[in-house]
Amino acid sequence: METLIIMLIGILVAVATYLILSRNIIRIILGTAVFSHAVHLLILTMGGLKQGNVPLLKEANAPYTDALPQALILTAIVISFAVTAFILVLAYRIYQDIGTDDLDELRGAKDE
Amino acid sequence: MNNLIVLPLILPIMVGVVLVFLRPYIKLQRVFSLLTLIVTAGISLLLLNIVRTDGIIRLDFGGWEPPFGILFVADSFAMLLVLTASIVTAICLIYAFSSIGERHEKMYFYPFVLFLVAGVNGSFLTGDLFNLFVCFEVMLLASYVLVTLGGTKRQLREAIKYVVINILASWFFLVALAYLYGTVGTLNMAHISERVAEAGQGPLLTTISILFLIVFSLKAGLLLFFWLPGSYSVPPTAIAALFGALLTKVGIYALFRSFTLIFYHDTLISHTLIGIMAAITLIVGCMGAIAFKDVRLIVSYNVVIAVGFILIGLAVGTETSIAGSIYYVIHDMIAKAMLFLLAGTMIYLTGKSKIDEMSGLIRNYPLFGWMFFLVTCSLAGIPPLSGFVGKILVGQGAIESGSYILLALAFLSSIVVLYSLLRIFLNTIFGETIISLEDEKPMKMGMIIPIVLLGIAMISLGLGAEFISDYVTDAAHTLANPSVYIDAVMGGNK
Repeated sequence: METLIIMLIGILVAVATYLILSRNIIRIILGTAVFSHAVHLLILTMGGLKQGNVPLLKEANAPYTDALPQALILTAIVISFAVTAFILVLAYRIYQDIGTDDLDELRGAKDE
Repeated sequence: MNNLIVLPLILPIMVGVVLVFLRPYIKLQRVFSLLTLIVTAGISLLLLNIVRTDGIIRLDFGGWEPPFGILFVADSFAMLLVLTASIVTAICLIYAFSSIGERHEKMYFYPFVLFLVAGVNGSFLTGDLFNLFVCFEVMLLASYVLVTLGGTKRQLREAIKYVVINILASWFFLVALAYLYGTVGTLNMAHISERVAEAGQGPLLTTISILFLIVFSLKAGLLLFFWLPGSYSVPPTAIAALFGALLTKVGIYALFRSFTLIFYHDTLISHTLIGIMAAITLIVGCMGAIAFKDVRLIVSYNVVIAVGFILIGLAVGTETSIAGSIYYVIHDMIAKAMLFLLAGTMIYLTGKSKIDEMSGLIRNYPLFGWMFFLVTCSLAGIPPLSGFVGKILVGQGAIESGSYILLALAFLSSIVVLYSLLRIFLNTIFGETIISLEDEKPMKMGMIIPIVLLGIAMISLGLGAEFISDYVTDAAHTLANPSVYIDAVMGGNK
């Protein structure tokens, strides 16, 4: 199961890398979103997939599953949600003000 | 008493949240935010002295003892940086009062500065690696907003690169965290250090340490600084000064913490790599500082040079050189804030940003001119000023360990810093006066006072080096001997 998930993560990272290398801002944002999904899966896998019972002391029998990765992922999801929301608004503002979503046209000004 | 440790994080956040609701009342926002920072500085001074008498203190949130819960750890290194960060931010805020403009002030400028400070302080204080990631993100989100605030085309253009680079760096941080958690099974920094020491730092852990090195280098601007000059030169002066003073320092702090506390067993690969990266950073930063004519870019490249210099102290890795780096970080926070404020004021006064378009400002603004000279001397490391002690200690450490190439580069870079700043000084401040007395813009008191305050801070840091040397030695001692930190965190309940 772990091997399968790791392969899935590999595919996700490959897709995200492809997206983030493009010039289109929206694709880059999608790429960062896919990246974050990949790393969430990675944290989950690294903590060990379900190996035991729910970690409720005295309610269930040992061994328990490590609950920490879930907590970490929850935090990471919230953060990546906030950042994605921000960058989407930023991309929209750039499109409004500069009128492009192509990174090549967002290079430094000519006088620099 | 330990509860005090959380205040440098929680106080700015709470006040920041309240200020969001006080949007129309600019005066109130100004007073509250400045007061908050002064109180934070006071608290950190108090904590610094407690740490000095009682040793490292910690706060376990929710009573979860380490390694199970999240905790804040206050040692001298962290507290020195929190103190300096609070003071520098307070002074930058005073500058912002008269320069940032009502439009920014009504667009939540003050809350976001407070959130930024909260993130910075949290990163310095936390004793948990995942918590460090969270504090980084708090700081970065605030900085994204501050970079874009105002929304000029230039800002938007640079902001998108800044944001994407940092998202990618955060992603690497998470990957490194996941691998580390998979390898050692804990996130508490002291506990990780113990586990790494038990298991030995094998190739796997060294690889993970390189991942962390990449992440923190991106934040600190060590070698991977390509994003820095662009994004630091676009926001309004007060914000640029805050960035120049604080943001890279957080990355530097994280590098010091992780490579002295966790990955210190196998220095052959990681510390050599840091040394090489620092050397290249110095060389390329120096080229940048000389190559450009835009004051903002020259100043931004000076940030890069300082990062390289500070990291040489870590690459050398003796207690003396680490103490030198700590001195230099404190000095650099003050000096870079001052340099950015000076550069911004120069652009405000003349309306131009290229050095060959301005001239003879000393006739119009003598105090301003001499302040620029002061910061030039200080950054070059001229004795009574603050840069001197750091430079000499880093140099001494490099000689002790025989790293002569790094030593030579470090001191050559000082000359280039001196040259690049003197070039600004001679071109813009000396020379023929081109602004006639009738045309000259009056210097606002609100602009020159913060600069003078920073100048005073710099002189007193230089003259009072003896006074703070106790704290710095203690901080360097903790960094050079990880067991001190580990014992304080893992050893029983305090």
